[in-house]
Amino acid sequence: MSQSAPTHDPNKLGRAAEPNPDGPAPKRVVVSYGFWIFLLSDFILFACFFAGYAVLRDATAGGPSGKDLFELELVETETVLLLLSSFACGLAGIGTLARNMRWFQIAMAATGLLGAGFLALEAYEFLHLIGEGAGPGRSAFLSAFFALVGCHGLHVLLGLLWLTTMMAQAWAKGFREDILRRILCFSLFWHALDIIWVALFTMVYLMGVRG
Amino acid sequence: MSFTGKLGWDSIPFHEPLPLVSAGVIGAVLLGVFVWAWRRGHLPYIWSEWITSVDHKRIGVMYCLLAGVMLLRGFSDALLMRSQQAIAYGNEGYLPPDHYDQIFSAHGTIMIFFVAMPFMIGLMNFVVPLQLGVRDVAFPTLNSVSFWLTASGALLINMSLVIGEFAKTGWLVYPPLSELRFSPGVGVDYYLWALQISGMGTLLSGVNLVTTILKMRAPGMGYSRMPMFTWTSLASNLLIVAAFPVLTAVLGMLILDRYLGFHFFTPEAGGNQMMFVNLIWAWGHPEVYILILPAFGVFSEIISTFSSKPLFGYRSMVIATMVICILSFMVWLHHFFTMGAGADVNGFFGITTMIIAVPTGVKVFNWLFTMYGGRIRYTSMMLWSIGFIVTFVIGGMTGVMLAVPPADFVLHNSLFLVAHFHNVIIGGVLFGAFAGFTFWFPKMFGFTLDETWGKRAFWLWISGFYVAFMPLYVLGLMGMTRRMQHYDVPGWHPWLLVAAFGAVLIAGGIACQIMMLYVSIKTRKDRVDESGDPWDGRTLEWITTSPPPAFNFAVLPDVKGEEAYWGIKAQAREQHALSKLPDYKAIEMPRNSPTGVVCAFFSTAMGFALIWHIWWLVLLGFVGAWATFVVFAWRDETEYEISADELKRLDQERRRSKATLLDLPQDALS
Repeated sequence: MSQSAPTHDPNKLGRAAEPNPDGPAPKRVVVSYGFWIFLLSDFILFACFFAGYAVLRDATAGGPSGKDLFELELVETETVLLLLSSFACGLAGIGTLARNMRWFQIAMAATGLLGAGFLALEAYEFLHLIGEGAGPGRSAFLSAFFALVGCHGLHVLLGLLWLTTMMAQAWAKGFREDILRRILCFSLFWHALDIIWVALFTMVYLMGVRG
Repeated sequence: MSFTGKLGWDSIPFHEPLPLVSAGVIGAVLLGVFVWAWRRGHLPYIWSEWITSVDHKRIGVMYCLLAGVMLLRGFSDALLMRSQQAIAYGNEGYLPPDHYDQIFSAHGTIMIFFVAMPFMIGLMNFVVPLQLGVRDVAFPTLNSVSFWLTASGALLINMSLVIGEFAKTGWLVYPPLSELRFSPGVGVDYYLWALQISGMGTLLSGVNLVTTILKMRAPGMGYSRMPMFTWTSLASNLLIVAAFPVLTAVLGMLILDRYLGFHFFTPEAGGNQMMFVNLIWAWGHPEVYILILPAFGVFSEIISTFSSKPLFGYRSMVIATMVICILSFMVWLHHFFTMGAGADVNGFFGITTMIIAVPTGVKVFNWLFTMYGGRIRYTSMMLWSIGFIVTFVIGGMTGVMLAVPPADFVLHNSLFLVAHFHNVIIGGVLFGAFAGFTFWFPKMFGFTLDETWGKRAFWLWISGFYVAFMPLYVLGLMGMTRRMQHYDVPGWHPWLLVAAFGAVLIAGGIACQIMMLYVSIKTRKDRVDESGDPWDGRTLEWITTSPPPAFNFAVLPDVKGEEAYWGIKAQAREQHALSKLPDYKAIEMPRNSPTGVVCAFFSTAMGFALIWHIWWLVLLGFVGAWATFVVFAWRDETEYEISADELKRLDQERRRSKATLLDLPQDALS
């Protein structure tokens, strides 16, 4: 150990500048950072279902393929609803910045209704397919399709549950620090579902109708 | 559809005495502990200070306790298997195939998910915030949820002993055997839901620790100053975050196959079984590094501390850790070279596998050079470490052998493989867990463990390991495949007898560890760790008291260099005084919360209901878990304050003990 130096640096590392001068990051940073890490792990979950779909795409077992089944108009409407829902979610975020409860509640309600509309269309699509005899049990391709799209739909459904909880909570408790952090996480989650949907729309539907 | 789903009186295996009796014994012990705690009036303390605790140290200790208890369960499975194979030469032995298959599946599942994982996560939980110089993990209540979800999974696995059955498919439930058509019972469902629930807990704790390490460090604690255990914890938790979703997804697909008639992995309708094998190993291979990397960190800390030297090659150690972290995602196919992917693919994965030996070799040399020229103290922890180096190198070499595809075609699925992975998991992960537990035990409880019994445990464990598993290498080369309930090759029998004797030696090692705990607790008054620094430590966990206060540090340490605590100690010795009295400010700590345990209660109910198709209870469990979170979110008081005066008083005590430790005059305190 060096005699005169006040510090103990056997590897002479980290001397360029004093690292991490402020200590632990503020709570808001920690929470959103942690939630991002969680979202990344959620993306990996979706990546597996995407990979499964890519592997089983052509395993139609003599049944219908994407080209026979997908109706782009319906899916485009779903896409528009979901993207508008994210826009409304952004407006709700502005509402929290303005600390305007009415604005926040209206924008969140719009977010939720648009999301519910998306889910309703997806449910219609699923029921329609099952009615045509193209349910998940028909072929491995349809299993992968229903699992991938359904996993996204399940996320939207849980998001709606979270959304209504957040609306009630903001109404009851006001824009408290911790509630603002949760709203931030919710909007990250909601936008992340958009990113997934864009990939899904492209990989499953657009590439699917081309056959 | 009946009210209790598939559950009925015929689900209880009354005709099989073994599981019923053992479950009865476990139940009686648990009941005994409960009654004892209740009669002594400990229950309120256990509830308010442990079960509902959000303190990372308490949660870490509970993880270790869970791992220890489950080790006994997993090891009794091992004894059953070894004795069955020792007996079943030319006869059926005493365990029918139906039961034997459940035992080897349960053994693997329990040892990986409920012994190795909680042990490592427990140590990381306990140590990482202390080494970083902070007061808790990023999300304390989420941490409690993680732990209780893991415990919930462990509970479900143990319930399968008496209610229904466990999987008979091996620990990774390969389809098509695990599909409904070939495994119609609830065994695979127990496996699936127990792992989904505990896997969620593991994922959340990975998110928590990654965020903690990257965003919550004491002032001055840059990446290049983080202790090696924290570095390996970071790598391990990054792997958790990246790999566990894959497990969730692939088990989810199998669940869809079994519950809703999907065709992901079925032999008909275009299902693809090899996709399951690919996906599960895309999780499974990183998983082995999730387990071994923290163990590498433990050995790094121990070898450096007991050689009284800084860790040799810190920089290369960090790089090696992160290289392993990345490479671990590029080797998964070596678990099934026999799939038939072709020579080029097999060649690629064979080579990436062998490359992992390079950073691992760097680490081994770093440990050796750390010891070289050091003033080594041969404590039991050091014995575990040296035992690890020797054993792990052997296991690593057989691993490189298995990485050669042509050799793997011969050795695949044989006892050679079984010997190899026990070689690295026992010699690496388990030895690391035992060493780390002994090392940080005084920090956890404020007194050291008995070294005599600790060393006895080490010698029995290591000799037991070699006697039990070296014969398995030989048997593998002789062509004995894994998971055999009986056999009629005369040449195998003597080796299996030797292996059974090895298992008895390991049982002796475990008995010594229980004695070690008993003796140490009994004589704890004589072995109090006054100074908070019993091993002349180098990292920040040793600057605080043993056990640390709930807030860890009255004032966050100001880190000035590598080996933060060593630097502070050296300075105090040089200047003949402790650092200047800091400016104490009141702090806020998170309140304890029953959210974790209540949530786990509902998720256990939900998992059980899903296994037995009790749909109303599934809904109830889900609503209950959600409501628990809402109640938690509705709290108004989330923190409590510790006043500056209280901090000052507690810190004065700590400083007095440090002054004694460093032989400083008491007037050097302020």
